[in-house]
Amino acid sequence: MLTAQEIITLELKANEVRKLIISTLLEAKSGHSAGPLGMADIFTAFYFNILHHDPKNPEMEDRDRLILSNGHICPVRYVTMALAGYFPIEELKTLRKINSRLQGHPHRSALPGLETTSGPLGEGLSQSVGIALAAKMDKKNFYVYCLTSDGEHQEGNTWEAAMMAGKYKLSNLIQVVDRNDIQIDGTTEDVMPLEPFKAKYEAFNWATIEVDGNNIDSFLDAVHAAKAIHDKPICIIADTIPGKGVSFMENNYTWHGKPPNAEEAAKALAELQVIEEAIKRELQ
Amino acid sequence: MLNPYLKLNQKLFDETVEQQPTRSGYGEGLVVLGDTNPNVVVLTADLSESTKCEKFAEKYPDRFFDVGVAEQNMATVAAGMGVTGKTVFISSYATFNPGRNWEQIRTTIVYNHSNVKIAGHHSGIMTGPDGATHQATEDIAITRCWPNIQVFVPCDALEAKKATIQSVQIEGPVYLRFSRDKTPLITTEETPFETKKIQTFWVSENPQTTIFATGYMLYYALLAAKELEAEGIQVLVANVAVIKPLDEETVVTLAQKTGSIVSVEDHQVAGGLGGVIAEVLAKKLPTPMEFIGLQDTFGESGTPKELLEKYNMGKNAIKEAVKKVIARKK
Repeated sequence: MLTAQEIITLELKANEVRKLIISTLLEAKSGHSAGPLGMADIFTAFYFNILHHDPKNPEMEDRDRLILSNGHICPVRYVTMALAGYFPIEELKTLRKINSRLQGHPHRSALPGLETTSGPLGEGLSQSVGIALAAKMDKKNFYVYCLTSDGEHQEGNTWEAAMMAGKYKLSNLIQVVDRNDIQIDGTTEDVMPLEPFKAKYEAFNWATIEVDGNNIDSFLDAVHAAKAIHDKPICIIADTIPGKGVSFMENNYTWHGKPPNAEEAAKALAELQVIEEAIKRELQ
Repeated sequence: MLNPYLKLNQKLFDETVEQQPTRSGYGEGLVVLGDTNPNVVVLTADLSESTKCEKFAEKYPDRFFDVGVAEQNMATVAAGMGVTGKTVFISSYATFNPGRNWEQIRTTIVYNHSNVKIAGHHSGIMTGPDGATHQATEDIAITRCWPNIQVFVPCDALEAKKATIQSVQIEGPVYLRFSRDKTPLITTEETPFETKKIQTFWVSENPQTTIFATGYMLYYALLAAKELEAEGIQVLVANVAVIKPLDEETVVTLAQKTGSIVSVEDHQVAGGLGGVIAEVLAKKLPTPMEFIGLQDTFGESGTPKELLEKYNMGKNAIKEAVKKVIARKK
């Protein structure tokens, strides 16, 4: 368990991640805003607390694997990795530009520390199943954490993987679903309903845990609880607010796939600055 | 005559020539790999018997996974294993693998450079009575256009076994193409399997054209060569076992030597072997060429023999193509 102060430090870090997401997207002039902001708390929790990893040795054999299935939210991964020390923060400015290691959708061979290549949806859970099975064959104890979106659960491939993880009782596989309710064309429940979502996973022989994905303390507890389950794969359904931290982006699906312009970025950064100061006051 | 240096099957033209499907060579190759390489893992999508994985499955059950009828999952699970130290073979019919799961293979295996070998079975119209839905006739085209993959099309079961074993020497994706029906053993255990060199299986003193054949169709090309020789027309027959990376040097050398080319394959001529060779020659040595293969049409149910006849892909069609291309030289 972390102390209240340690939690607040992580919250401050997550806010730093959000600010860097905004400035990185502004520089890139294209990319996704809502998803990365919504997942900033979870990525911070992973890179600064949960993961067994070494930014200076990204190929470390027994590292936990963090698989990002919905590759389009990669700005949050790049920013968090930079802050964790995988590469210089300055390099974030190259996102989506020519000759960059930071491809518009993440490419494993381009940047050490990325475990897979992703972007086309519905493929990350299967790859995670493959990695988890390989770990079991080799009697390795690392965890495979697979981050997926809710929208990509409309892909059949995701459910093929869910079925297989259930068959092999892959308790070394912990999936975190970003249940932010939006996709490009609208809300998930309008476009193609996913509910009852939790029941679906349970029917596929997974354990499920529901959590507020924007509450780092609760999320760490959820992962802790997931690790105590040893006979099933675990699906953590993390309710998040897309665009979290920026008032005009929150819960607005039109921010799924576009970056802020200069004016919007300035406004967003100002709002995040206010949040930062509020968190700092808590710390004192 | 058959190239004496390659130690080919001397009984090839006998009626009693031994026949085996190339998929059997795959199955045998997998067992050899299982015996010698603890990292080899085999996946199938509910087709362990017909893709010949069952012997590996029996012997190494801990390294065999039947993912059920789910080719997209098979490819992506393999991609995950392939980046975690495993050498993975995925086996299904080529219409589904790499057909149905093409994008999964593209993104998570080929672009991702995961160590996965894709085994596409039941290729070509020779799949026969199952009909066009199960006859993969585009799989060479849709795999060879990917960067960073190698494409092997063995001509018989023995070469298929060698190709399967050889494929693990390549760190990264390989597409292996197999067919369903029994076909004659063209090679012997002693015949070298070359991944870098196109081998000339039929040699003659004054060849007037070169037949480039791939897969089991090499047999029909050799039959045609033998009959043409009796008619006074000398040709070369080259076995293109590796479509990618293509041995361009030999293609150009033989085109230069014989002045015309016939390509022979059980695949669409668009994008297949014929397309590959035409691309090379257009760039380096434009040469008259005829194409044997599917001419922009799907197959249908029938016996392999009937289908080869109907779609102008058998021995007689090859002979006609040779005569036509030689005439074009003048």
